[in-house]
Amino acid sequence: MGAERGNYRGVALLRFAVLGAGLAGILLAPPLGATPKIEHWQTANGARVLFVPAPQVPMVDVRVIFDAGSARDADRPGLAQLTSSLLAEGAGELDADAIAERFDDLGARLGAGAERDSAYVSLRSLSDDDKLDVALETMATVVSAPRFAAADLERERARTLVALRAERESPGAIAQKAFYRAVYGAHPYASPPQGNEESVAALRREDLVEFHRRYYVARNALVAIVGAVGRDRAAAIAERLTQGLPVGQAAAPLPPVPALEAPQVIRIDHPSQQTHLLIGQPGMSRSDPDYFALFVANQVLGGGGLVSRLSEEVRERRGLSYSVYSFFSPMLRAGPFQMGLQTRNDQAEQAREVLLETLRAYLRDGPSDEELDAVKRNLTGGFPLRIDSNGKIAGYLGVIGFYQLPLDYLDQFTGRIEALSREQVHRAMRERVDPQRLVTVIVGGAADAAR
Amino acid sequence: MKQVLILAAALAAAQPAAAVTDVHEFRLANGMKVIVKQDQRAPVVVSQVWYKVGSSYEHGGITGVSHTLEHMMFKGTKRHPAGEFSRIIAANGGRENAFTARDYTAYFQQLHRDRLPIALELEADRMRNLTLPPEEFAKEVRVVMEERRLRTEDDPQSLTYEQFNATAFLVSPNRQPIIGWMNDLEHLTVDDMRAWYRTWYAPNNATLVVVGDVDPQRVLALARQHFGPLAPSSPSVTRPRSEPAQRGTRRIVVRAPAQLPFLVMGYKTPALTNADPAWEPYALEVLAGVLDGGASARLSRNLVRGSQIASSAGAGYSLLTRLPDLFTFSAVPAAGQDVGALEQALRGEIERVRAEPVTEQELERVKTSVVAADVYQRDSLFYQAMKIGIAETVGVGRKVVDEYVERIRAVTAEQVQAVARKYLVDERLTVAVLEPQAMAGASPRAGRGGDAHGR
Repeated sequence: MGAERGNYRGVALLRFAVLGAGLAGILLAPPLGATPKIEHWQTANGARVLFVPAPQVPMVDVRVIFDAGSARDADRPGLAQLTSSLLAEGAGELDADAIAERFDDLGARLGAGAERDSAYVSLRSLSDDDKLDVALETMATVVSAPRFAAADLERERARTLVALRAERESPGAIAQKAFYRAVYGAHPYASPPQGNEESVAALRREDLVEFHRRYYVARNALVAIVGAVGRDRAAAIAERLTQGLPVGQAAAPLPPVPALEAPQVIRIDHPSQQTHLLIGQPGMSRSDPDYFALFVANQVLGGGGLVSRLSEEVRERRGLSYSVYSFFSPMLRAGPFQMGLQTRNDQAEQAREVLLETLRAYLRDGPSDEELDAVKRNLTGGFPLRIDSNGKIAGYLGVIGFYQLPLDYLDQFTGRIEALSREQVHRAMRERVDPQRLVTVIVGGAADAAR
Repeated sequence: MKQVLILAAALAAAQPAAAVTDVHEFRLANGMKVIVKQDQRAPVVVSQVWYKVGSSYEHGGITGVSHTLEHMMFKGTKRHPAGEFSRIIAANGGRENAFTARDYTAYFQQLHRDRLPIALELEADRMRNLTLPPEEFAKEVRVVMEERRLRTEDDPQSLTYEQFNATAFLVSPNRQPIIGWMNDLEHLTVDDMRAWYRTWYAPNNATLVVVGDVDPQRVLALARQHFGPLAPSSPSVTRPRSEPAQRGTRRIVVRAPAQLPFLVMGYKTPALTNADPAWEPYALEVLAGVLDGGASARLSRNLVRGSQIASSAGAGYSLLTRLPDLFTFSAVPAAGQDVGALEQALRGEIERVRAEPVTEQELERVKTSVVAADVYQRDSLFYQAMKIGIAETVGVGRKVVDEYVERIRAVTAEQVQAVARKYLVDERLTVAVLEPQAMAGASPRAGRGGDAHGR
């Protein structure tokens, strides 16, 4: 909600792009079972709670996650995100200035957002009782009693429309929107979480009020707590945050994602020097029995920084792109499998051929023993890095809780990775990725506009 | 009063944090500095090697050489051919990357603590033994050009900021983009790489920063073993290239295919390295916090929510730069508002911080935020190492990191007003405005499922 502070200052260039999408919630296990012990219970009104004590630093991270993402927008694209963005713009007795002052006076940080599956409200606060109490009380008000006042709605709507307009400048954003639209067709995942200019303009206050009333309820909520508090204090925190919420009902299951019937190629002209290329199809859900096999399979193909087949073929061997990747983004229902790159317009066809040929060869041959071994060693040896901070553990609690993964998921993981054979990984990839039915999105300028 | 009490409590909470700080500093015989910070929360370690070189060390014609060389650092030594560095780190469960900025180039690995020797051995090897094969360079410089297209050419705000910097500074190397001008990249040679590498990549121009669950004496022994045998170089002397005094406001227009106008304003300010008196940079940091330190700060409150003239607005300043830089404002107008009116609104806020002292409440809020951030940053080994590395590399030393909270706490409302009056003046100002040009061909001519065909 605040302006991007100093977004052009101290800019450092990274050697390779760090992929945000899709991989954030991947869970892996430690070699020695040194995983955090997760405690869990329910609040009086039925919200699920996951908690890990972390006494070393005097701070607390709290997240409340609702099954209230844009997949619940129905015929009003942008509804979940606009609802989320208005929570801290006025709640209970407090207007937007007063809410902002409450948190800033404490040095506390409030966040809120919505993607396709879920919406969240997060807090990071010092753990001293006097500060934490005020921060939690304000957060509870924001979560349970937003005002959705007309003036705030119009202001945030206008800002959302400006952000949507800014997306029209970005070939990458245009490509992602077109990709989801083509891969998901009539499924709720097709619609962009930020909505579109027509749909956002049409949203009414009643839509937001009703969305909040239906989905921001205890039985549709997960509370994740990590920090310097004991179990009793954590229980009180969870009660405080959820007591203003009606019991309500969990959201209904989303429909399954149908397989693509035919390949599709979408070209969008854009006055850019580069062409952005995305290729993919529906991938896997969080509960997929082949989850581990597909995750490992993708690491070999395009998942591991600069050490992957796609990176080797596209960037290291041919110098065609700064960023080239593939991922599975597991969601409640089948999230996408996607490969992507950007390259000078006149190299777009060549890059596309290399991408597709690399995929075909991988589906045909599967990983080599050496590739599989290297990926296993990377994932198991690197596990401690995935749980080395409160922020990361809080992120995992959110994933485990929201997707209802077993609480010993982390403890199991090394074994599940180690046990995978070359054949299992290859079979899973072949069964899941159908090279005959890919969506291809090409956004960019004409080849002669490259320079 | 309430704020004062809250601040006191926050400071009380923060004191143990300062007390547990356990930083060890060594210098090897060849001049390399080694800094180790113990943090035993998890069995992991971050290792960073910082070189005092970046775009602010470059001169016209070879801009981008530091960043391109950073890419080439992964292209092999006699012992480890191209790509092997990354493969070894990955197979040991590690993560790695590198980054280049104006004042530094840094390389890092995050690993299980037991794997630290592997990272140090590989870093020591490529500090002096890079082979720089011409055919690898020919490919990698094309990757860098793609990176430039992605970050700059096809991003109208980034393009505006690049031209803004080149206007604000006539002489200072701050006028050069970190990634380099495209034409310079097109003419870079592998010999440029070799010369730059020989000059700047040596133990006496490097700082090793290790943070994690490690024994400082053991890290020192490993550093001696791997980096100790490396010969120092004699780093070339960079000319000062001091910026001449500005003689009035500079103003440019940038026309590019875009949807939204965009405004950047920057005032020349001192950095910690050259400030006199030394409190001024801290007062400028507090001023940035009053204007843009959270949703309650003035720009969000008054321009985004209050008058609603801005869709977004920000202010920024950093005291940790090698050369004097800018206090900047950037903003996107709300729909239907023009950039001229937005600039006037920003100038209104600037005039206010010049005319009257910030309130005690605002001052305390910024200080509270700094104290809290000091606690929060302990959740990240990487960030702790980063702060030490930057402070060392820009030339002020890591003690600045330890002193930071105390120095910010000492800033008064009068000092904030004094730096606003001294530095936020027209003689120091540069303004850049992005004027969107029609995005010909941007319509989804063949979008929305059109042009579908199989293959």
